[in-house]
Amino acid sequence: MSVIDGFRTRAEGLRLLQDRRLPVLVTAGLFVLMFGFGAFRYQSYGFLDAQVFMNLFIDNGYLLVAAVGATFVILTGGIDLSVGSVIGFTTMLTAWLVEKQGLPLLLVAPIALGVGAFGGYLMGYVIHHFEIEPFIVTLAGLFFFRGLCLVISKESISITDPTVDRLAQTHVPLPGGSFLSIAAVISLAVLALAFYVLHYTRFGRRVYAIGGNEQSALLMGLPVAGTKIAVYTVSGFCSALSGLLFTLYIQSGDPLHAVGLELDAIAAVVVGGTLLTGGSGYVIGTLFGVLVLGLIKTLIQFEGTLSSWWTKIATGVLLFAFILIQRTMTGRRRT
Amino acid sequence: MAEPRPVLEMTGIVKEFSGTRALSDVDFRLFPGEIHALLGENGAGKSTLIKVLTGVHPLDGGTVVLEGRPVRITSPLQAQQAGISTVYQEVNLCQNLSVAENILIGREPVAAGRIRWKELRRRAAQLVTRFGLDLDVSAPLGSHPLAVQQLVAIIRAVGSGNPAAADEGDAAAGTRVLILDEPTSSLDRDEVEELFALMRRLRQDGVAILFVSHFLDQIYEVCDRMTVLRNGALVGEHLVADLDQVNLVKLMIGKDLDELEELSEHHTEPDTSEPFLKAEGLSRAGGIAPFDLEVRAGEVLGLAGLLGSGRTELARLLFGADTSDGGKVYIGGDQAALREPNDAIGRGVAFLSENRRTEGLVPDLTVRENIILALQAARGWTRPVPASQRDELVAKYIAALDIRPADPEAKTGSLSGGNQQKVLLARWLLTQPKLLILDEPTRGIDVGAKAEIQKLVVSLSEEGVAVVYISAELEEVLRLSHTMGVLRDRRLVARMANGPDVTAGRVLEIIASGEHQ
Ligand SMILES: Nc1ncnc2c1ncn2[C@@H]1O[C@H](COP(=O)(O)OP(=O)(O)O)[C@@H](O)[C@H]1O
Ligand SMILES: [Mg+2]
Repeated sequence: MSVIDGFRTRAEGLRLLQDRRLPVLVTAGLFVLMFGFGAFRYQSYGFLDAQVFMNLFIDNGYLLVAAVGATFVILTGGIDLSVGSVIGFTTMLTAWLVEKQGLPLLLVAPIALGVGAFGGYLMGYVIHHFEIEPFIVTLAGLFFFRGLCLVISKESISITDPTVDRLAQTHVPLPGGSFLSIAAVISLAVLALAFYVLHYTRFGRRVYAIGGNEQSALLMGLPVAGTKIAVYTVSGFCSALSGLLFTLYIQSGDPLHAVGLELDAIAAVVVGGTLLTGGSGYVIGTLFGVLVLGLIKTLIQFEGTLSSWWTKIATGVLLFAFILIQRTMTGRRRT
Repeated sequence: MAEPRPVLEMTGIVKEFSGTRALSDVDFRLFPGEIHALLGENGAGKSTLIKVLTGVHPLDGGTVVLEGRPVRITSPLQAQQAGISTVYQEVNLCQNLSVAENILIGREPVAAGRIRWKELRRRAAQLVTRFGLDLDVSAPLGSHPLAVQQLVAIIRAVGSGNPAAADEGDAAAGTRVLILDEPTSSLDRDEVEELFALMRRLRQDGVAILFVSHFLDQIYEVCDRMTVLRNGALVGEHLVADLDQVNLVKLMIGKDLDELEELSEHHTEPDTSEPFLKAEGLSRAGGIAPFDLEVRAGEVLGLAGLLGSGRTELARLLFGADTSDGGKVYIGGDQAALREPNDAIGRGVAFLSENRRTEGLVPDLTVRENIILALQAARGWTRPVPASQRDELVAKYIAALDIRPADPEAKTGSLSGGNQQKVLLARWLLTQPKLLILDEPTRGIDVGAKAEIQKLVVSLSEEGVAVVYISAELEEVLRLSHTMGVLRDRRLVARMANGPDVTAGRVLEIIASGEHQ
């Protein structure tokens, strides 16, 4: 089965540089390399324990979900800066409804997801119908949702609800004795679903078409308005889901949770090989982007003596390198 | 010929873009089983009429009747659903998607919401093969040359009938109106033939085809009927058989032959010196076919031809505003690689672009600042022109060109078109060019300013400046030039010394037929 159209078109090595999958392969290769480095250096500290690998998914599941949403937006050539704020707001809303209002999580979760999706829908509507830069609209969304956090409460709300606790502690056992958290499993399911949607549905192909050339997509008779709005709705939904997973992970709501997380999400998408100009990239790349960023953190923890801001420096360097790679690739494609 | 009911009837169409009328009260009708040419110079409103019809732009007035029923089409999607398939002038496809997707996106074969990729590729390959093309439909569109992309756009439009019919290989089922807006601009002869064969086949099947092309030969080869537009207004509808090329060109330009003859006057001063600029086989794909050209010091070379015939493209190559992909340029005897305007400017070439508002003038700067800009650029930004010298120069040119108001501190944007043009001219003259390329220097300015600019060209040439003078107004070119070049269909078809035997009639003949005895 050929997974993605155009995958096995050209065998010639010369064309490899133009291949749209190359950035994904580079990121995957980088991940393997970094992992190999860790395995070699921290062998005696148990780096090769399968659980260390699984923890990457456990610790970064919420980021993966947010980054998957961001991938949709970036593929259309847009940007969503409200991701971190929507996540923070979701943690607050969830904690408040569960703890202060005593509602069951089963009811609170759909509410939170609905609010996130609706927020995304509104931003998409404004972006499309008023022809305003996504950057500005979602920047407004960033402030709006962060502000809403403080309307709920200025203080952090810790969650003692037994359901939340049970969900957070549940281990999904894997062969070989390692395990994943529920959140990690959900994030992988979201990734798989996103892959299916992007590559096997008309909606997904429209996302790519709009990113390739919005004007053309319109002239080809594609429903551009609906697709663009839907993409921001997807991102809002993913942000809210990411917020729920984050709540499980950290078991509290805080107005300052996930500040700036949208930037991590965008970084993961870019490192994963998706072009910020839209139309080119794979959601699988986003997974590798998240894993690479997560692995940097893990390596620095294993190192022990390095302080955590080295994570930021390493991320910055990586991002820079990948943007340069993208630049040379698109430059090549244009000629 | 018995006339059946038109499949499409547009009446009293009006379209305005921010106050300016692109279409005023245009009628257009299209019969089933005919190929109908929509003609007019660039900017006449052909593409706008098509975009209004297919819902890209909203209509500001008029009615559209499709198969006897009034319709209101507000999006390209709706147009497609109504059976109108369109290839717009700009290739409207997505470079990042595969050829197959570009052909079928929006109509992908699905099973339970899931795209059947194999089937999609099979269908696309089938449509491509039917067009006599052999290409890998799963390769990204962007990896194919422009001509192939244009063909893919056509295949998409033609194949956009109902998918089931496309499946049977009956590509055009469901398409009642096919619109092709300059589809042949980057196709070679064989591909054009292929397209014409297809168009004839579709005509046989009763499809109504609206065809836009600035290649007049193609119109006469394949079309049955034509509608001519000029400046957004309807000039007339004719059967192709009833109107010959010369008369068609006259309709397009809107001038009578006698009127042109009267105005023309000639002066030729043979010049034997070495050419200042010489082009050999210079060309740019999609812009202009290879041409040879010479301009001597003190010579005015006039370029005539319809709008869109390649005049501007030729000028831009000489200035390095576009890079050539074939041929050589010699300036002052040396071969010059013109990769960017700076290369030409450094050799004494100046270019007054036809879009003075967008490509030259900075409306928010003062007249003084605008005039001094090019000189400053030539000196480099680290060596400012001394204030006293600057003011003196500016005052001199304001006086010499009679720029009004004669106020160096006036905002350039507030000046009239003619005076803005003079500001731009002053800017270039300040750099003391040896070759001045003027692209439509008198378009849109009043009669008085026009005469002044023409006078200036004459005096510059007397001072030994070489001038390339491009204008849509034939009489102007005839009056000013020593030598004439005629362009047609992006090709320099004739070069001749201006003289009593070079009349407007003869030039029109060449523009219409492309033949130069
Ligand atoms: N989107 C637009 N905005 C403003 N003006 C436009 C637009 N499209 C076309 N025009 C103007 O309408 C006129 C007709 O243009 P067009 O229909 O493209 O001519 P043609 O196809 O006959 O060469 C031109 O003067 C052009 O500048
Ligand atoms: Mg046009």
